[in-house]
Amino acid sequence: MKSRTIRALQGAGAACAGLAALAACGPGGATTAGGRPTFEGRGPITYVAGKDASGSIQAVIDRWNKRHPKEKVTFVQLPTDPDAQREQMIQNAQTKSDAYTVLALDAVWTSEFAAHRWVDRLPEEQFPLRQMLKPIVETGKYRGGLYALPFSSDGGMLYYRTDLLKKAGIAEPPATWAEMKADCAKVKRLPEARGMSCYAGQFQKYEGLTVNFAEAVNSAGGVVTDAKGNPHVDTPQAKRGLDFLVNSFKDGTIPRDAVTYQEEDGRRDFQAGKLVFLRNWPYAYPLMAQKDDANKVAGHFRAAPLPGLNGPGASSLGGHNLALSASAENKATAIDFMKFLASQEIQRFTLSRAPGAPTYDALYKDPKLVKQYPYLPTLKQSILHAVPRPRVFRYGDVTAAIQQQAYAALTGSTSSAQALKDLQQTLRQQAAGE
Amino acid sequence: MVTTQNPAAPPALSLPATPPRRRPRATSGSGRLAALLVSPTLLVLAVVVLYPTIVALKDSLYGTPGLNPKTGFVNETDPFVGLQNYGAIFGAAGARFWNAFWNTTFLTATTVALETVIGIAMALIMHRAFQGRALVRASILVPWAIPTAVSGLLWRWIFNSNGVANALTGQHILWTTEGFHAKLAVIIADVWKTAPFIGLLVLAGLQVIDKEVYEAARIDGAGALRQFWNITLPLVKPALLVAVLFRTLDALRMFDLPYILIGAQKTSVETLSMLAQDQAANVRFGPAAAYAVILFVYVFLIALAFVRLLGADVVGDDGPARPRRRWRSHRRTEVAA
Amino acid sequence: MNTLSPKLRKGLLYAGVAAVVAYCLAPFYWMLVSSLRRTSDIFANSPFPTRLSFENYLAVLDPSESFTRALLNSVVVAGITTAVALVLATFTAYAMARLEFRFKRLVLTLIIATSMFPVVSIVVPLLKMFVDFGWINSYQAMIVPSMSFTLPLAVWNLTAFFRQMPQELEHAAMVDGCTRGQAFRRIIVPLAAPGMFTTAIITFIAAWNEFLIALSMTNKPEMQTAPVAISKFSGASQFETPFGSQMAAGVLVTIPLVIMVLVFQRRIVAGLTAGAAK
Repeated sequence: MKSRTIRALQGAGAACAGLAALAACGPGGATTAGGRPTFEGRGPITYVAGKDASGSIQAVIDRWNKRHPKEKVTFVQLPTDPDAQREQMIQNAQTKSDAYTVLALDAVWTSEFAAHRWVDRLPEEQFPLRQMLKPIVETGKYRGGLYALPFSSDGGMLYYRTDLLKKAGIAEPPATWAEMKADCAKVKRLPEARGMSCYAGQFQKYEGLTVNFAEAVNSAGGVVTDAKGNPHVDTPQAKRGLDFLVNSFKDGTIPRDAVTYQEEDGRRDFQAGKLVFLRNWPYAYPLMAQKDDANKVAGHFRAAPLPGLNGPGASSLGGHNLALSASAENKATAIDFMKFLASQEIQRFTLSRAPGAPTYDALYKDPKLVKQYPYLPTLKQSILHAVPRPRVFRYGDVTAAIQQQAYAALTGSTSSAQALKDLQQTLRQQAAGE
Repeated sequence: MVTTQNPAAPPALSLPATPPRRRPRATSGSGRLAALLVSPTLLVLAVVVLYPTIVALKDSLYGTPGLNPKTGFVNETDPFVGLQNYGAIFGAAGARFWNAFWNTTFLTATTVALETVIGIAMALIMHRAFQGRALVRASILVPWAIPTAVSGLLWRWIFNSNGVANALTGQHILWTTEGFHAKLAVIIADVWKTAPFIGLLVLAGLQVIDKEVYEAARIDGAGALRQFWNITLPLVKPALLVAVLFRTLDALRMFDLPYILIGAQKTSVETLSMLAQDQAANVRFGPAAAYAVILFVYVFLIALAFVRLLGADVVGDDGPARPRRRWRSHRRTEVAA
Repeated sequence: MNTLSPKLRKGLLYAGVAAVVAYCLAPFYWMLVSSLRRTSDIFANSPFPTRLSFENYLAVLDPSESFTRALLNSVVVAGITTAVALVLATFTAYAMARLEFRFKRLVLTLIIATSMFPVVSIVVPLLKMFVDFGWINSYQAMIVPSMSFTLPLAVWNLTAFFRQMPQELEHAAMVDGCTRGQAFRRIIVPLAAPGMFTTAIITFIAAWNEFLIALSMTNKPEMQTAPVAISKFSGASQFETPFGSQMAAGVLVTIPLVIMVLVFQRRIVAGLTAGAAK
């Protein structure tokens, strides 16, 4: 495994050596223009993140350490649970510790970390942001300033069964919810579709529900919060979005069990041949493509952009960005390392090892990568139409309120109108309290 | 020293029921000795608990800093708000607080009651069993030894909609959705994990009981149930009470299991600890500390009630004489005679 | 029970033993079976793995996870915590059970009160304190806070057991010329052996399972304990729960612990009783 890593890196290395050398050797690397804080100090630093699934991060860090023996990077691995990651990072900030230098922040934490000044504002002009997809760059910004450098992204897609759709005489994947339901009705008339359900997403009461709720609202033309953080969930558009989910539960389009589903539950059902359509992230693609006796969909599925009310829907954005802990030392080294880690070449390398959503436009067109991950062009469309989840500094409260009301509506304990009315009120109170 | 090895020696049975004549001798200079023996424990606890507790008390009087609308940054200092955090818990957040309060109380009462019954049963069986004793001992340790986080995951899968609990019972219950079944899932998992705790402690209590007590009781013609009620239970009572007390205190702070098994912010199983954790996770350390203090007071009152009500058995000498001791003193005179 | 025939009694006892074993081991069996499944059918419901696979164990024991090191750290932390807590608690419990002094009730109440504060609320002040001491990534930073929940438990337990011990024996020994300490060591400790040993097991397991403190006080993989290491397992992506490796790790954490306790139980109980015979 190691030798493969090194070999793969050699190709990437040649390209990014120039990039890193530019940043690391120039004296300008340590200071920024415009009276903004300077990033000084060189020496050992840490990179703090949950375990990276592909196992390629350590190889990338080794590569850096070989070239920068006096500015070594140590990988501080946090628990896999995102809440635990966030808590550890906040603890580090509270104790003003220098143990953490470069943080891998979940895209939705940017505002909170920036507003508390736990992370430094970054020198925007030093990063190749223009080569990245714009909605992704926005996830790293707070009030116009860049606080987190886009490192990886994620977007939702509609996985569908090509074999069943074809048999039912459907040529194109559905672009709207109505089409999806109609397609389902046709598919379910097939003998091999007996007992199948139509659609599932993530509806357990957790962050995934916020994602699915926001996608439904956005796909119906509504917004959860506007650019200033003000809530708008009591609109007819928002209601049509939530009603799609609520009614789908009622009429059985979504199986009743899905109210307990996270990403993996839906993927398992899809692979077991229980679902015609599934909303999920790109990570599922290679798993579904794996030939295996327990996997019924290998070679019989594809991914399309999410459907919406009157046309293609809008995805939420996931992913992780790189931020610089305010209490860290050796910040000049840290900035260089962030440039290195977020470079196109490194992303190409990590993507070649594990599925994901790169931040660079060019990688979505790369023929080799597209061959490896046929979902890339679809994902790019998904991300270009994506609406970020609410960008407010108390994101935890906002997502809790959304989950509370959306879950109540989906389980039928309140009507969607009442749930949205209550949600609007809670979100407005939260916004006023800020 | 030979006499001490003889379990049949009559003094081995005398328990501190009769007013002890020995006191003057045994307690000479005991104040100073006691201070010497107790102080290391108190010192350690002062450092690891008292100090953080005082910090938490202080924190609970401070609010959450607001956002400066001009800079977009959160203010640096926490505003002093006095008792407002407490006011908010009983006022604005009242419904959620009382729900968590009742959940905590309900889950504690049911789990501890079940654990006590199952734990005592386990201990009695283990105490009697000679063949397969090692196997029972080993298996009883297993639930208690599995880290809570791992057993939470195990039960989450068991209670999954496609999990083995539904498969075995032929039901299709969505255990992790709101409702009584969510409470039930937590109770089942918690009782499984911690009944062995009570079982182990009661077993140890049983092992130090003199066999002779039972012989004498049998001579007196006491039936199994009466033996259990009149001899076994009073004799293991100190060990049992300590076990129940600590289980109660632990159950009142229950957090991991409902959090992992059912999920955060589920009204059916949200406990007071989960509320404190939720506030802390949202960087509201003042309210989080206030919840922790309220929980502390609640737990403390229950512990105090334990010490008051059952103190004689655990703390010792200064309580009123227990009526159940009658049997023992009665028996002793018989043997002595 | 006199009314029951010996055969029936034996039968009932076996049934009871079987019930206890089944109750305790059934969920554990599920854990074991799950840990032996392949990732692709990890969530199957068959009573046996359709195809036996050790991939989860290989993943857990992969050198990159440093899980064996984490197990060792857990043994060190829980072991020292237990030893220290037991020694301190024995002193205190002796005073509680045998000495007359004022404020006894208050002291006992204070000790128990300290074990009631939720760990979530004490971890940040402790972290700040230990950062000042330079104790981050040290064993003592995990051992000392673990005292907060192990020491009260040990004190109360031992007090209850010591109180159950006959005082007359000690007095006899002291009349025979033993000092108070000798009388305690030679008489009470051996007699209370089951209680002491049980207290040790319970303390050890409580310390062994501690997670939040160990997570907050360390950031180097070579210092993390087993529960912390398990929390860092990941699936092939951020959405996949590493259920298989977590279950395998659960088995790996539990079985040695149980074996160790059983071995120690024989040795220690035997040792203590033997010591008394001298």
